[in-house]
Amino acid sequence: MSTKVGIKSYSYCLNHAPETGSHYGGTPYEAYHSGKEQEYLDALPKHIQSYDHALHYAPNQTYIGGISYEEFEALPSGWVNNPLPDEKSKRYGKFGELMPEDEFLGLISACDEFELVWLEKNFAENVSKKLAEDPVITEAIVKRVLRPKNMHELSEIETEVKERAGLYLYNEGKIVGCIRSGHPTDDCLTAHVLMENLAGKASGVLALLHLMKNSGMNPNDLDFVIECSEEGAGDVGQRAGGNFAKAIAEVAGCVNASGCDVRGFCAGPVNAMINAAAQVASGARKNVAVVAGGSIPKLYMNSRDHVKKNLLALEDCVGSFAVLIVPDDGTMPVMRLDVLGKHTVGAGGAPQAVTSALTFEPLQSAGLTFTDVDRYAPELQNHEITEPAGAGNVPLANIKMIAALAVMKKAIEKPAMMDFIKKHGTIGFAHTQGHIPAGVPFIGHACEMINEGKIKRAMIIGKGSLFLARLTNLADGASFLIEAPEPVKTESTLSKEEIKAMLLETLSEVAGRLS
Amino acid sequence: MQNQQRVKDAGEKYGTDCIVILGSSDPEGAEIYAETVTAGDPTYAGPLAGVSLELPVYHIFDPVIRAECDPAAWEEQISMMEMVLEPDALAEAVKGMREQYSKNVIE
Repeated sequence: MSTKVGIKSYSYCLNHAPETGSHYGGTPYEAYHSGKEQEYLDALPKHIQSYDHALHYAPNQTYIGGISYEEFEALPSGWVNNPLPDEKSKRYGKFGELMPEDEFLGLISACDEFELVWLEKNFAENVSKKLAEDPVITEAIVKRVLRPKNMHELSEIETEVKERAGLYLYNEGKIVGCIRSGHPTDDCLTAHVLMENLAGKASGVLALLHLMKNSGMNPNDLDFVIECSEEGAGDVGQRAGGNFAKAIAEVAGCVNASGCDVRGFCAGPVNAMINAAAQVASGARKNVAVVAGGSIPKLYMNSRDHVKKNLLALEDCVGSFAVLIVPDDGTMPVMRLDVLGKHTVGAGGAPQAVTSALTFEPLQSAGLTFTDVDRYAPELQNHEITEPAGAGNVPLANIKMIAALAVMKKAIEKPAMMDFIKKHGTIGFAHTQGHIPAGVPFIGHACEMINEGKIKRAMIIGKGSLFLARLTNLADGASFLIEAPEPVKTESTLSKEEIKAMLLETLSEVAGRLS
Repeated sequence: MQNQQRVKDAGEKYGTDCIVILGSSDPEGAEIYAETVTAGDPTYAGPLAGVSLELPVYHIFDPVIRAECDPAAWEEQISMMEMVLEPDALAEAVKGMREQYSKNVIE
């Protein structure tokens, strides 16, 4: 079995969702229901950034591949006050797109199989026309937006919300639809839960569609999908039974694929990558797409602090990504399966133990040292979002820990720590969407930099806060290496005739010398 | 909030014989936590709002606590973070609150 697989392609998308977020993001939604934070709720809309501003925001363009990682790294700090020029602020980047909110609502409606999404008729018609302009949105998806069962009069929408526990959908301050409740009593099928799951599905679909485009793969040829978000889809009998993967593959037209979900909080995507790579390396699957949609509850998660400090509330995008894993053919960046970071149950939760398990131990087992990795990509949260909320600069804290461990393990001298941090660290550019920043946003940029010969090796690190589910106090983490490809060694075989000819030639040479 | 409740329960059961050791990574946060377990929650968000437990509180990097730790365990679990964080600033931030509000501190 091979210990390497090829990373054929990747996609990264954002769905701008400020109005959905300001109503149904976890923090505003909780504040609304507590009835105690009216001042914050009244102020939040004044702190929302426009779609145009989001397009010009450097971390967003870095995420969708509108600018290279090196361009991003060279930018002055304070991205929010230093918008990118128009020519670098397009909707579509090399990896994916930043979709506006009205189209996202249309896409959510297209992903609905159970008449759970009702859009106001005129809105649905207008948004279907806009969606039709998107190069990855298929005709079939556009038609789904216009299904009569998903289009209703405003009065019907109002009745559904008032009388049957639906939730309004908004655009430009107006009601444009609703999400309906899936069951009168089941807590797992409330309109809020279904909105979260349908948005996760829709954003995952967008990432998978871009992956098919970026890879040039016919959707019919996709073999398997592993979905790795943090959402839970199910009903009261099986609260998170799944299966997002198959639901996403269906809308994306991947008729020959099957799929399953992998969960692990923020460590989910790295675990999913390892799972996918193992299936491809073993020959169990011809190819696997690792996909994750994003999270509505994470929108405006830290906005209390942003409002309090009179800053823009930047957590307004649902993030998604997809990576296509195929057998290694020596031409594309590879993911190694023989050098995996594994945070064991017995490792403990001390940062030192976690960092060692995810970096030092796998590197040591492969005969490598800290400086052999050109770039470390741990949790890649955008620090312009997290610092005002008191959560610090997460990627910087992580690379500092790696550097300190490198000093302890005598891989570098202590005075070289800052140089190591600058040279081997990565700056966060991902939205605080839980699993989305977990190392994986750098896969695309790492592959680009490897293909351009700028780096040889990157480590992707994901860490998960398992305690949030109240099942265990343990943390989790996993890591893997991406490397430049090497020519694949092929075993040469000789036919009997060729061997006979070689023997005869050698024997005649020997005979010639004897005579 | 749950941690505040745990500290409240322990403080009410054992009084100031109970020591709080903080592991916060930033001085500002450490100071708020130290105030919370001594004078009460300054944000008035949790169970310790208006409750002055006056517990002796230290940061793990305080020399008094470090002297009590097994050097091998310290090396294995803490020493890396000593290089990453600002141990003196963290210990000082907690000390400020301790000196104002704690009782039964380690002599």
